[in-house]
Amino acid sequence: MRHLLAIEDLERTEIEAVLDRAESFAEVGRRDIKKVPTLRGRTVVSLFYESSTRTSASFELAAKRLSADLVSLKAAGSSVDKGESLKDTCATLSAYDPAAIVIRHPYAGAAQLVAGWSEAAVVNAGDGKHEHPSQALLDLFTLRRRLDSLDGAKIWIVGDVLHSRVARSNLIAFKAMGAEVTVCGPPALIPRGIEQLGCTVELSLDRLGKADVVYALRLQQERMRESFVPSLREYATHFQIDSRRLGPRQLLMHPGPVNRGVELSGEVIDSPQSLMTEQVASGLVVRMAILYELLAAGPERPSSTEGEPAQDPTPIGQPA
Amino acid sequence: MSLAETLDMRPGEGANLVLRGATVLDPVAGVEGVHDVVVRDGEIAELATPGADLDGLEEIDAEGLHAFPAFFDPHVHLRTPGQEHKEDIETGSRSAAAGGYCGIVAMANTEPPVSTPADVEALREAAREGASIPTGFLATVTRGMEGEELTEMAAIRGAGALGFSDDGLPIRSARMLRRALQYQRLCGGTIALHEEDPELSGDGVMHEGPVSAALGLAGIPSVSESTMIARDAALARYEEARIHVQHLSAAESVEAVRAAKAAGVQISCEASPHHLCLSDEAVRSLDPRRHKMNPPLRSEADRQALIEGLREGTIDCVATDHAPHAAEEKEVPFEQAAMGVTGLETAFATLHTELVLPGTLDLALLLERMAGGAAPFGIERPSLAPGSEANIALCDLGAEWTVGEEGYESRSENSWCAGRKLTGRVLMTLAGGQVAYRLRSFSLGVAA
Repeated sequence: MRHLLAIEDLERTEIEAVLDRAESFAEVGRRDIKKVPTLRGRTVVSLFYESSTRTSASFELAAKRLSADLVSLKAAGSSVDKGESLKDTCATLSAYDPAAIVIRHPYAGAAQLVAGWSEAAVVNAGDGKHEHPSQALLDLFTLRRRLDSLDGAKIWIVGDVLHSRVARSNLIAFKAMGAEVTVCGPPALIPRGIEQLGCTVELSLDRLGKADVVYALRLQQERMRESFVPSLREYATHFQIDSRRLGPRQLLMHPGPVNRGVELSGEVIDSPQSLMTEQVASGLVVRMAILYELLAAGPERPSSTEGEPAQDPTPIGQPA
Repeated sequence: MSLAETLDMRPGEGANLVLRGATVLDPVAGVEGVHDVVVRDGEIAELATPGADLDGLEEIDAEGLHAFPAFFDPHVHLRTPGQEHKEDIETGSRSAAAGGYCGIVAMANTEPPVSTPADVEALREAAREGASIPTGFLATVTRGMEGEELTEMAAIRGAGALGFSDDGLPIRSARMLRRALQYQRLCGGTIALHEEDPELSGDGVMHEGPVSAALGLAGIPSVSESTMIARDAALARYEEARIHVQHLSAAESVEAVRAAKAAGVQISCEASPHHLCLSDEAVRSLDPRRHKMNPPLRSEADRQALIEGLREGTIDCVATDHAPHAAEEKEVPFEQAAMGVTGLETAFATLHTELVLPGTLDLALLLERMAGGAAPFGIERPSLAPGSEANIALCDLGAEWTVGEEGYESRSENSWCAGRKLTGRVLMTLAGGQVAYRLRSFSLGVAA
């Protein structure tokens, strides 16, 4: 892997390599000293043009656990705030000679542009409503620990599919791993033509019982003002996942943050079927694995200064 | 009236030359065959038998080359006044000449928009100083394109505007368009319409369909265009007015125009080379320099409907909607980038390569549509019949070239076909009786 720009670019074997790598980092996470020297002396830039809690925090912690030097830039308060173009920002950042740039941006294709303007490996941490590949990978990792295989698994993605980069990346990722995907939501929030991505479209939860996994999406308040749905109450009536709709053998996921009482009822959030806490925990090890795969694995990449064995499946180093 | 008399261009010497042994094709004038095309004082003096004895003329070896009536583009953006960093009358008209054009019509959405008689006079004066081919100008329908009040349409016509358009924006209010159509009876001038319902387009940046669903980009539905065409065709019918629909992109729009023509509405329309050659699949590249424009590239079925519309005549003409933009306006994420692509230098070559060579469209039909944009604005179409003003595109239909390899005549580089290999190239253009363009590498014979 040269960059991680979109799940669409990845083969199943590449996805599995990241997930396998993440398993080995999960083992590191159980040690007293959770840091490995893999990326010592290399710089990771985290460039967030949109607010984010879990994605930025887990990427930054992942870089630190790998002993990288971290430069963290938020749009507010930086030169970006003063009207600097993305291209110029990339030129400025290149002075730090970053090994990787992790970018979150409000518009589709921003990470791809940065990949063209920079020598660094680029990680798309969310580009507009396009893709959020690290989220999809951590969701796959979480699910794989519960279900031995996703082959043939029935997964429903429920809610505001139109405005969700998570929906898009996950749909593609679930399909790549052999799952059967259904998207479900109010008609105005299901993108026209989405079935050509290889999913089934449902406009009600009547057949939700067939799902092995229910992946709920966040419904933002402004969708109501834009008349995508008449009211949050009406949305909840038809599309909220609650204990009445969620069967005991079904798993529940959500990318967070949750609107309690809108897309999910309180009791299912705290139920044993909910994987939401595990999703957050997976975020760290999967993002460590992504940085490792981009910067330390693979024969064509220069090996790290510490001479880590490039193909070693378990990146277990000495505590830094 | 000749183009040079109707439109404005830099005055100069009428051409005196002979295209020796050119394959002449003018389907409208009914001229076809190998001739020595004799041009004297800017006029086609005769189509002589090859090898005739001619004195005092520059000799151009045109054996194996084609002489066509030069093309007419009713829809270009010359960015003057106000955005000369993108294009101006000199670079834009040179770009057109390089594409084989002998006439262009500039849109009025400049900064500020062309909304007064003085604005039109200033542009015509600038064209007489800097335009290498005959150039015409539209003024806006509403003052400042704000959609609130009509411009002084009669005075603007008096100043020499060819017609009116708020291109770049639709006329949202049916009442406002109706008033303009009523006033047209008094002042004449075709009203050219950018058809789009902003309520339906919303914040869309590409065609709504499977590709926008996959990319997570907000979509512009086809009905945003076709519903407005249907509305405006009904208004034109009611007021017995004359309208020209700009840049058709969708199958539903072709249907709407077809129905309006069948009902006797005075309506004409255009389609662009990029809509005829590309579909929204191209947007997967997320490259706004080549693939972001309004109306957006639509589905393959829409593209096929446009080709059929062009073939049957529902679509009267090809228009490039040549829309130059500076590099920094395109080197940004797709959603943030400016809308529009350039196309004057490549229009004929792209359509020849993509539609004529594969057998989709006859060469003769393409030539008819490449100059079909003159009539909707009341301009005589270029002709190769003896006695006509010399408006000739000399082309090498076998020449292969790569777009942008040698740069552009336009000031901007946002060509939708940058990097494409094309077959067929304009070597020389005569426009308004003058030699407007010669390809640098086209070697010329020595004067006799």
